[in-house]
Amino acid sequence: MVPTDLRYTREHEWVRVEDGVATVGITAHAADQLGDIVFVELPAVGAAVAAGKTFGVVESVKAVSDLFAPVSGAVLETNGELGARPELANSDPYGEGWMLRISFSDAGELDALLDAAAYEALVAEG
Amino acid sequence: MTDEPVEGVRETPLAERHVALGARMIEFAGWLMPVQYAGIVDEHRAVRERAGLFDLSHMGELYVEGPQAGEALARALVSDPPSLQVGRAQYSMICAPDGGVIDDLIVYRLGVEQYLVVANASNTAVVSDALAERLEGMRVVLDDRSLDTALVSVQGPESVAILSDLTDVDLGALRYYAAAEGTVAGVSALVARTGYTGEDGFEVFVEWERAGEVWDAMLEAGRPRGAVPVGLGARDTLRLEAGMPLYGNELDRTTNPFEAGLGRVVRLDKGADFVGRAALQKAAGEPARRKLVGLVVRGRGIARHGYPVLSGEAPTGTVTSGTASPTLGVPIAMAYVTPRDAEPGTMLDVAVREQRVAAEVVALPFYRRKR
Repeated sequence: MVPTDLRYTREHEWVRVEDGVATVGITAHAADQLGDIVFVELPAVGAAVAAGKTFGVVESVKAVSDLFAPVSGAVLETNGELGARPELANSDPYGEGWMLRISFSDAGELDALLDAAAYEALVAEG
Repeated sequence: MTDEPVEGVRETPLAERHVALGARMIEFAGWLMPVQYAGIVDEHRAVRERAGLFDLSHMGELYVEGPQAGEALARALVSDPPSLQVGRAQYSMICAPDGGVIDDLIVYRLGVEQYLVVANASNTAVVSDALAERLEGMRVVLDDRSLDTALVSVQGPESVAILSDLTDVDLGALRYYAAAEGTVAGVSALVARTGYTGEDGFEVFVEWERAGEVWDAMLEAGRPRGAVPVGLGARDTLRLEAGMPLYGNELDRTTNPFEAGLGRVVRLDKGADFVGRAALQKAAGEPARRKLVGLVVRGRGIARHGYPVLSGEAPTGTVTSGTASPTLGVPIAMAYVTPRDAEPGTMLDVAVREQRVAAEVVALPFYRRKR
């Protein structure tokens, strides 16, 4: 089951919007597929990210994967804990494993994202 | 990343067991293989601290027999198989006439006139063809038993305890790079004290149809000692920490054994003329164009296969393998660099995407087990 209060990209990121701030991470499915996450590269605070474009990289022991921004905006905060404990993205992908907080303005961008049911269907397809 | 079976892909006799054990299966060198079960880091640590069980049935087993078997192999390979005592093994390579590596191999002398050559799965057909060509006209028979021979390996400090419960082979008397025939779990087997992890361990060659019984018995004997099944993912991180080359990464047709730091494998002093001799003799006498080094990343990032290595502003080489070392807790890599940058302690940069990340040249291996 994926959290129902989030929106999802087809590239397996999630976004939670509260008071004009979008919090972004990767889904449990993505974390599981990657395996042991050992490195997360995130943009600097203040950097602009654009919906559908890469904003960083997550690396497991085996592989390197791009991270895609679900929505556009300026980076307000990144999860510094992931520097020392990248495995948080495996153990608590929707909580302590969060990656970015973005100032968020274009509510229309959310409509382009998947809801929980649609994302679950995507994962089930494989 | 898909878990779907691919058309025309071979399965080892243990494929169903891997799936039942929760493995994620991938296509590797034409085989459906487990890349991980519980997770690469957990499996890696199990092998370093306890033991791990590997299915290596995809590897190639080529038997070479006959009155001229040793002589033929001495001419076909860069090492000197007839110098082996019966029951001993050596690391070897088969090279092209230009000295480039076609594959790295382990050669076992099983009898006075019988040898077993073990090749990488990705190269078995090429090696088999090259050997057939090089052995032609000699009193020797080449028998490719790759699809009749399964290979199960147990690696790690608990290996002796696990295997000794199951075999009549005297493991205490079996030295590193030695092999003996016997039984494992009641099945006829060749038991070799070899591996690709940097740990003590054994490789058990058995008949294809009996591999399941042997795997089950080894896993059952291993469980109480903390052994787990280990996939190709951890196999790669284990061998990288141990500084062992992987064909396709550190070794290929454009690389000669001297550049890879493996010149000792090339026996220029042997009597036989061998394929690649002239080129390798020349390579041995010249300064190498590049050298294989170990790198420990000191900055933030992981050096991966294919990433450029720089000395100041100047390109100096390329990363061949890299990962986050589970044992050392830092990113490690192997890379070819120009010889003047190959001294341990030299600070270089690795181009990791748009950034330059500092890395220090270190002596290989990264990890050496305590004996």
